[in-house]
Amino acid sequence: MVFNTDGVPFTALAPVDLDVPAGKFVSLIGPSGCGKSTIFNVIAGLQPPSTGRVVLDGEEATGTIGQVGYMLQKDLLLPWRTVLDNVALGMEIRGVPLKEARDRALPLLHRYGLGGFENRYPKALSGGMRQRAALLRTLLIDTDVVLLDEPFGALDAQTKAQMQEWLLQLFQDFGRTVIFVTHDVEEAVFLSDEIYVMASRPGRIIDQMTIDLPRPRDRSVISSPRFVAMKKYCLDLLHNVGEAPASRTAAA
Amino acid sequence: MTDAIVASGSKDNAGRGPTRQRKIVRKLPVEKSWSTALIVTIQVAIFAGLVALWEIAADFKVVDPFFWSKPTAIWDTLVIFLSQGGAATDIYYTFRSTILGFILGTASGALLGMSFWWSRNYARIIQPYIICLESIPKLALAPLIVLVFGMGLSSKVAIATALTIVVSTLTAYAGVRAVDKDQERLFYSIGASRWQVFTKLVIPSCIPWIISILRVNIGLALTGSIVGEFVSSEHGLGRTILYAGSTYEISLVWVAVLVLSALSMVMYVTVGWLEKFLQKGVDH
Repeated sequence: MVFNTDGVPFTALAPVDLDVPAGKFVSLIGPSGCGKSTIFNVIAGLQPPSTGRVVLDGEEATGTIGQVGYMLQKDLLLPWRTVLDNVALGMEIRGVPLKEARDRALPLLHRYGLGGFENRYPKALSGGMRQRAALLRTLLIDTDVVLLDEPFGALDAQTKAQMQEWLLQLFQDFGRTVIFVTHDVEEAVFLSDEIYVMASRPGRIIDQMTIDLPRPRDRSVISSPRFVAMKKYCLDLLHNVGEAPASRTAAA
Repeated sequence: MTDAIVASGSKDNAGRGPTRQRKIVRKLPVEKSWSTALIVTIQVAIFAGLVALWEIAADFKVVDPFFWSKPTAIWDTLVIFLSQGGAATDIYYTFRSTILGFILGTASGALLGMSFWWSRNYARIIQPYIICLESIPKLALAPLIVLVFGMGLSSKVAIATALTIVVSTLTAYAGVRAVDKDQERLFYSIGASRWQVFTKLVIPSCIPWIISILRVNIGLALTGSIVGEFVSSEHGLGRTILYAGSTYEISLVWVAVLVLSALSMVMYVTVGWLEKFLQKGVDH
């Protein structure tokens, strides 16, 4: 499966090439305003690229909606729907009868830590729980590719760590291709197979690195020398970009 | 320097720089709440006192009972009005046009307001007309409306509708504009059609806004019906007021006003239930 978000010459975004292999977990990290969200909007078909294309699974997908799952930092659960009906929303919109959508969603709620909350309303849930529901909703829209835009950005450190491990489990179980945006270098290294480091003004990719830590991963990997080295490399890269934005432009 | 201001050790303070301020010691003001029984008793007492004052003032000619009537006379008239007069017909007549105008105005206004979601261009074209409609004092058109729609029910319903529809439209449109853009993006990213976004997102998001106009519209619809009856009508509480006023039956004016107030209170309570019912669907 190939993605070519090829040259999106937004004044904010220089030509960018993203090639995401199927079944991989790919992260984009970079400072705010580097065009991560623009890339996501283009891939999701919510914003037309001025030039460039989106190719999904060998097929042209530029400007088409509903081809990828898209989750934002806000959970965007509908307050008038129960957790179960929120999770079933994606399927419902895609034409699955509500009853069947519920039947499919319910076992997943139980398996992935939302058991017993299916008939509660989002208000009654904690931030972490709400993000779980939002992520399940995204995964239940049966798409090969899932875009996650800083899904854990608003969570406290402890919940965030739990959610990361939970996401890794889901990634393993569902076998989807994930593109993940984050500010958090440690999060990116812990979760990803590949990391694209971005810089801003204009938004561009300045480096790409492969994370070859073995899967399944658990927390202990964080203290391994390999992990620490990769995290440091990434941080240095981001830091240098921040110091001298112009110096790297030629390389992009 | 007031009592509340305490200079804390002025000698120590001297060397601590200009940011140091005098300490003000206050306690959090707390009002003890009285029991409901006491509150109700006071309320009833105030009402009874005012009524008694009116009665006495009328008896001693401090106020002219010919123009102001007095509570006992009003009570007698009320009994007569309810037992022998055309109370049932009048109440039914006013109630019917109010409810019809309320439903028509609220529903069509809400639909019109929400329809603006479908096209920004369409909304921009229509908007000035809505604002014009809002600025017209619609009651001033009442005689015209009665000429067009006749003396019967339809003219009252039309005035009540005209009064309620504009507020409903503007409020529903405000609701439409307040729909979370990210929420909309989410729906589209799933591949939703415009109709799906409208029915599953826009309408539920607008319901709290529509609920908020129900109460206002009750009052407006009632005003519309009564003004319609003032202009020309065969029945109704508005017509009773006008008739009683022109024949100096001041007690009857008060009776009709009392009955109208009761009517509007009944409708407020009903709308309160309706609100709770609708709220259940959207707010948890």
